[in-house]
Amino acid sequence: MKMIVAIIRPEKVDDVVDALEAQNIPGVTITDVRGRGEQRGICLQYRAGKMQIHTLPKTKLEIVIPDKDVETTIKTIREYARTGKKGDGRIFVLPVEAAAWVRTDELIID
Amino acid sequence: MDIDTGATAWVLISAALVLLMVPAVGLFYGGMVRKKNVIATMMLSLTALALGVIQWIIIGYTLAFGSDIGGLIGNLEFLGLNNVSIDGVTGEIPEMLFICFQMMFACLALAILSSGVVGRIKMSAYLIFGAIWLTIVYAPLAHWAWGGGWAGQLGALDFAGGTVVHISSGFAALALAVVIGRRLGYGNQVMNPHNIPLTLIGGVFLILGWFGFNAGSALAANNIAASAFLVTAVACAAGALTWMAISWKSGKPSSLGFITGAIAGLVGITPAAGFVNVGGALAIGIITAIVCYAALTWRIKKGLDDSLDAWAVHGMGGFAGAILTGVFAITAIGGVGGLIEGNITQFGIQILDACVAVIYAFGVTFLIAWVIDKIIGLRVTDDEEYVGLDIAQHGEVVN
Repeated sequence: MKMIVAIIRPEKVDDVVDALEAQNIPGVTITDVRGRGEQRGICLQYRAGKMQIHTLPKTKLEIVIPDKDVETTIKTIREYARTGKKGDGRIFVLPVEAAAWVRTDELIID
Repeated sequence: MDIDTGATAWVLISAALVLLMVPAVGLFYGGMVRKKNVIATMMLSLTALALGVIQWIIIGYTLAFGSDIGGLIGNLEFLGLNNVSIDGVTGEIPEMLFICFQMMFACLALAILSSGVVGRIKMSAYLIFGAIWLTIVYAPLAHWAWGGGWAGQLGALDFAGGTVVHISSGFAALALAVVIGRRLGYGNQVMNPHNIPLTLIGGVFLILGWFGFNAGSALAANNIAASAFLVTAVACAAGALTWMAISWKSGKPSSLGFITGAIAGLVGITPAAGFVNVGGALAIGIITAIVCYAALTWRIKKGLDDSLDAWAVHGMGGFAGAILTGVFAITAIGGVGGLIEGNITQFGIQILDACVAVIYAFGVTFLIAWVIDKIIGLRVTDDEEYVGLDIAQHGEVVN
């Protein structure tokens, strides 16, 4: 099992979640976050001086999936979250040792 | 005529109620935008209040209520409130109070029209636009209806500003929205309201203020004011329930739909408040809500980004209300009968008045916006728009 952590643009969340669902990957945890990447935020240029905005609002998706779905998930997120501009975000893949259900006694150990 | 203390007290309160409507518009619209634009959206209304006051005392009042020049505009006798004395009287109230009461209407019109360009207009451009718009769009319209201009001379009925405030601001919002263009990502990004309770709070204060707006327009504390108060409540309730019913058919009865319907009903009754009975108010509330709902769905289909539907609710609601005033006016209430009493002439006058207001407000606003856009640019940069105007324009952020 793997956990996909994707940091994407807030306005792209609905598109990505719908696309994942179409790929039969319905489970996702969504968190509003603020962050910065290589650009260190964004710089707005005014007539008089500049204004540096250090962190920008982004949305974090956390998705736990079987290993076989990793590539599909990354491809889908890329396709639906991409604008081509700086600040489109990042995708991380983390190992997951086990997953347990609260309602039932089911436990999956990888 | 001598000053009537009762009338003065009531219009003082009414002026304060209409003043409250201006920041209420900010709350109302502020809840509807995305979180990154809420401060900027409320600031558009707050600055409309400040800008409107200064513009009104310098030039607005004299253009609207100075002695008539050719039915089109007032002269400059009251420039900078020159020739206005502390002892001046308008009807039964001090002239100073009349100036204040009318001033709030001008501020409100600008606040409503600001909703067409939320999330993408530069504050600097907005201030320049606002000052010019109040001078060459709002003031002439106020003069035509109430200051001795052609519409008033013709006998057009506009009790509290259906053409002056609502048609003007609604169609101006549309013109401005067309010139400035859609918000980035409009149509393919979610732009849901970030705080519906904020919108409801704003809506409630708007409704409260509207009683001063309509019943205060009697400029007296008398039976007409009382009747206007009652029909305002009836149309508001009818509009809210009608919108609720229509939206329920196609989904759920949302609170946003309910409050929008209430506002639509209020817009519809505004020109009619001193001329119709409760039956007419009921019909006006229902019909206006249907018209506004249809206009809103048409706008969405066409992909026009009048962001918060000032055109659909205020513009089309004001247009419907102006015409319906010519249908449901009762001689026993305001001394003029409408179509239901067989008065086709009045009906025709109302249509003419509404159409001229539409064409003038849209056309001239479009021109002002286009010129400002060419000279200094109306719109913020894409980066600023993406980050949100709260931080980009005001250096502040809602956490």
